[in-house]
Amino acid sequence: MYRHSHSNSTSNLNSFQENLDKSYNYNIIIRLLLYSKPYLRELFLSIATMFIYALANVAQPWIIKSFIDSLASPGQQNEGEPAKLAILFLIAVLIGSVTNYIHMMSISILSQKVLCDLRNDIFKQLQVLPISFYDWTGVGRIMSRAQNDVSQLQEFLSISVSGIADLVSLIGIIIAMVFLDLKMSLVILFFIPLLSIIAIIWHRFSWGTFILVRQAISYVNGNLQENISGIRAVQSLNREHHNMNSFEELNNTHLKANLKSAKLSAGLMPIVEISTSTAIAITLIIGSSALANGTIELGIVVAFVLYIQRFFDPIRNLTMQYTQLQRSMASGVRIFELLDTPSDSEISNSLVEKSIKEFTGQVSIQNLHFHYTPDVKVLKGINIDIKPNETIAFVGSTGAGKTTLINLIARFYKPTKGNILIDNLDINSINLTTLRKHIAIVPQDPFLFSGTIKENIIYNREFLTEVDVINTCKLLGLHEFINELNQRYNTKLEERGENLSLGQRQLISFARAIISKPKILILDEATANIDSLTEQLLQKALETIISFQTTIIIAHRLSTIRKADQIIFLEEGSIAEKGTNADLIKKRGKYFELVQTYFSHKA
Amino acid sequence: MTMQTLIIKRIAKITFTSPINIGALYTSLIFNNVLNLIIPWLLGVIIDSVLTSGDTKRIIFYSLTIIIISIFRGGFAYMQSFFSELISQKTAYILRNSLYEKLQELSFTFHDKNKTGDLMSRCTADVEAIRMFVQVGFLRVSQTILILIGTYCILLITNWRLGILSMIVIPIIVVRSTIVNQKMRKIWTFIQTTNGIMSTILQENLSGIRVVKAFGAENFEKKKFKRITALIKASSITGSRIQSSNTVFNVLLFSATIGLILWYGSQEVLLQRLSQGELASFIFYLGIVQMPIRMSGWILNSFSRATSAGYRVFEILDTPSPVRNSPRAKKITDVQGHIIFKNVSFEYDESHKVLSNISLEAKPGEKIALLGGPGSGKTSLVHLIPRFYDVTNGSIEIDGIGIREITLKSLRKNIGLVMQDVFMFSASIGENISYGVPNATIDEIKHASAIAQLDNFITSLPNGYETQIGERGITLSGGQKQRLAIARTLLLNPPILILDDATSSIDAATENLLQNDLKKVMQGRTVFIITNRLNSILEADQIFVLSKGLIVQNGNHRDLISQKGLYSDMYQIQFNSGDI
Repeated sequence: MYRHSHSNSTSNLNSFQENLDKSYNYNIIIRLLLYSKPYLRELFLSIATMFIYALANVAQPWIIKSFIDSLASPGQQNEGEPAKLAILFLIAVLIGSVTNYIHMMSISILSQKVLCDLRNDIFKQLQVLPISFYDWTGVGRIMSRAQNDVSQLQEFLSISVSGIADLVSLIGIIIAMVFLDLKMSLVILFFIPLLSIIAIIWHRFSWGTFILVRQAISYVNGNLQENISGIRAVQSLNREHHNMNSFEELNNTHLKANLKSAKLSAGLMPIVEISTSTAIAITLIIGSSALANGTIELGIVVAFVLYIQRFFDPIRNLTMQYTQLQRSMASGVRIFELLDTPSDSEISNSLVEKSIKEFTGQVSIQNLHFHYTPDVKVLKGINIDIKPNETIAFVGSTGAGKTTLINLIARFYKPTKGNILIDNLDINSINLTTLRKHIAIVPQDPFLFSGTIKENIIYNREFLTEVDVINTCKLLGLHEFINELNQRYNTKLEERGENLSLGQRQLISFARAIISKPKILILDEATANIDSLTEQLLQKALETIISFQTTIIIAHRLSTIRKADQIIFLEEGSIAEKGTNADLIKKRGKYFELVQTYFSHKA
Repeated sequence: MTMQTLIIKRIAKITFTSPINIGALYTSLIFNNVLNLIIPWLLGVIIDSVLTSGDTKRIIFYSLTIIIISIFRGGFAYMQSFFSELISQKTAYILRNSLYEKLQELSFTFHDKNKTGDLMSRCTADVEAIRMFVQVGFLRVSQTILILIGTYCILLITNWRLGILSMIVIPIIVVRSTIVNQKMRKIWTFIQTTNGIMSTILQENLSGIRVVKAFGAENFEKKKFKRITALIKASSITGSRIQSSNTVFNVLLFSATIGLILWYGSQEVLLQRLSQGELASFIFYLGIVQMPIRMSGWILNSFSRATSAGYRVFEILDTPSPVRNSPRAKKITDVQGHIIFKNVSFEYDESHKVLSNISLEAKPGEKIALLGGPGSGKTSLVHLIPRFYDVTNGSIEIDGIGIREITLKSLRKNIGLVMQDVFMFSASIGENISYGVPNATIDEIKHASAIAQLDNFITSLPNGYETQIGERGITLSGGQKQRLAIARTLLLNPPILILDDATSSIDAATENLLQNDLKKVMQGRTVFIITNRLNSILEADQIFVLSKGLIVQNGNHRDLISQKGLYSDMYQIQFNSGDI
């Protein structure tokens, strides 16, 4: 039996597990904090207001204490004392509220700005990463980093700042307590080391569980993403039931991991509760005897109880914020991992970049070698010279290296060895933007964006007008079809152009490539799904423009191939034959054999 | 009932599915908070007894009582925290499962119109928003209400004047919260929709990265993305402005009340209507109420967010799949493959007619070829057979049974369709081939890939059929992917086989071999072939030429070649160029 190793396939959805262990990395915190550098104003504002807010909070029990004291000894103070203290209390409250508002606002503005920068940085990085990165990394996984992980960071800054706030109020409370009554406060201070030890032990225990939760959710989302993208295959292969079971299993694992961490979080609750009340009880016992002796006033006891309640708040918060902090940390690791992926510098730019206005379209490929992984060589020493305005056809079986070769000409990958020259300039020394302006590709998979047909054809070249679009479409025989649509050129395309047929998508992708009159046109099986009548139209259209540009074609149709100025027969990464159709037929070699197979089916 | 109430009701329905958990939660919640309310009262009693009698023994007794109460409270707090997590996670679990199930069941029409990025954001961010609401909003609201009612009762009993005074702010907070909720919900709907758009832009950018790079459109895309992130930033900031001003306002009002109580309470103490201990316990009670008030802004926010998230989630769950089993549907077995289209018309939507009045009959074991230009309706026609879409008019029968009378599962089980776009799952090659038949043996898999001319290639790989595809694995060329899709479909061993341009990226030499082997496999099956290469359909039993959704010609090769028309034109072109 061929076993479906479920664990095997899911482990691929996520390669982060090895990194999750390192998540408690202080570099990550520092790097995240550095993102707030451009917004120091907001950062300072939020910290400063948070200090005042904390102090106002610490002051409140003190005011209550004075208040109660003023009641305890009526007659000795003047009449207005309680009213004054009540006003003082209100002022403290007002200051606290205003500063709290400013604090919350500035921290949320700061967080949102940082998130926005982070998202843009990730997107920017994704645009520079080489194509090879995308060969190995699924869209789903990148999406989850750019979205889920960034949202996880939303709380990071406010937690960091409120962590400082907790610390400030803790110190403030301790100082206040020491001033109120040294003996009682010493008893309370004893709880600090005790709770610290508990927190450290708890951290040790729970860390692994929280990581499990993160892993589990990324499996769940990875599975979901793949299932949505591949829904057509899933339904046509009747796999819904099987998939539902494996999803439920993943979902269940996630639930269980969450419950385990819930138990750990909840476990701190009784500790905090019992500590709080023990401290209060101790205070009461000490306080009441002192009260009976008259060495202490009632106000101090009340204030103490209020302080003790606030004293344990930071620890209570710890359980709530701990989970979030760890999520943020794990997410931070994954985000920076993405941002730190080296963008192949020789592909993105080079030291001496030349910007060229005009190309003649002459291409020369010299001793070109290439492999994706060292053990599988794809191209082994290719030499080709293409004169300006020539048409070159690559033929050969699937996997011979045809698409790889044109990907190298378009500089999607960097050759392992050898050079590609355009107008005698190494393409690596040409400014990438310039290069891509002059080279247009019609890829195998005609990818369209959601947007209108017009937007898809103009794509990124705002100088083009609707007239250009219409002319190009007329040339390709597309105009008639588009005109029949309700919104014509403004017809909206669904995701990936799902509301058009594959052939129609190929034609639009074709229009997108030729509209800007590139000097080098690369067609990678650009007409594979188009019938021969339409293709003939296309060929005629091409002929009118083809003499103005160098054209490189991969095709399986003889009709397309035989017209080329040069036919290059590739076999396992090397050139087996090269020449015109007539030359190669005469030669009676591999190309001839291939041509024969076309005729073998003849009825 | 308003939309919001309906959504909350539905969330509640899912949340309250397990009465035991809910019971446990509320039991612990009630005990936890009732015990919590005893403590300030005890403190008041202690203070008064110290001030009046100075009896230290009773103090120790009370203190121990406080500790014992808190031990119980700790236990209940543990349970409350655990069960609220459990219930909220269960809700998310159920929602995720239902969404997954629904998304799998929804027909192609739905998936054509909905973007993967947006669907993902509903299944992740929106589900999480609902979960948060269940945890903090739903469950904590009951706690808040309990605390508020408990506290105010005690306050009223202790001193009704102070009690009423402390309640003054409640109506103000309620009215304000309703207004804030309206605003917040609008903002959250906007943020979540924008998030969906951001997902889509990202998803498209990543899927189409080759096009982006080929056209040097990186900056163009960056601008597009930046516009959306800026929108999200601005609206999130507006959202938090409303939320924090609401929180601060509530806290301010509340604290002002404490100030009032202090002042008024002091008057009462001086008038001897209130003991000092009672005033102190008043202050402690207000301390307890302070937390829920502080949280109120947050709770409200999670409420607004959950209703807009709930709307987006239930919108999917409520989408009826147009394609579903009819109540009379039955299973079919031993399918002969006799397929009849009777006056079939089909449109994706009113403005987009695809097929009109198609009638054709495929007898068991026949080879049917479909030809036509781009957009002529070939793919749509074959997609109707396994009911990826339902016909708009007319009917389709298999072995004399209307396909709507057949269970979807048994219908699709008998149809193998190789699609134009091949989707690879991140799994091994072997798993990808056996995707439709998870329990296929390795021999069966090898046999299918041998017919697809893929076995030699796979065996040559260091890890053979265990080789991973995609992430952390190898990438396949377009032709290899197509052959994998053929192998995957052949493994299903379907009586009806549909090849939708399944060999367009395969080179002629390989295709020749493939066609020879396929010939044997096609024996005894009804086969639909869509292709532009005439050489593979010369021997078809029937050829249908489609144009703009109509059958314009039909017959076998010999019939059609003798007619003037699209077929002979196509044949001429391919013949002249040597493609035939």
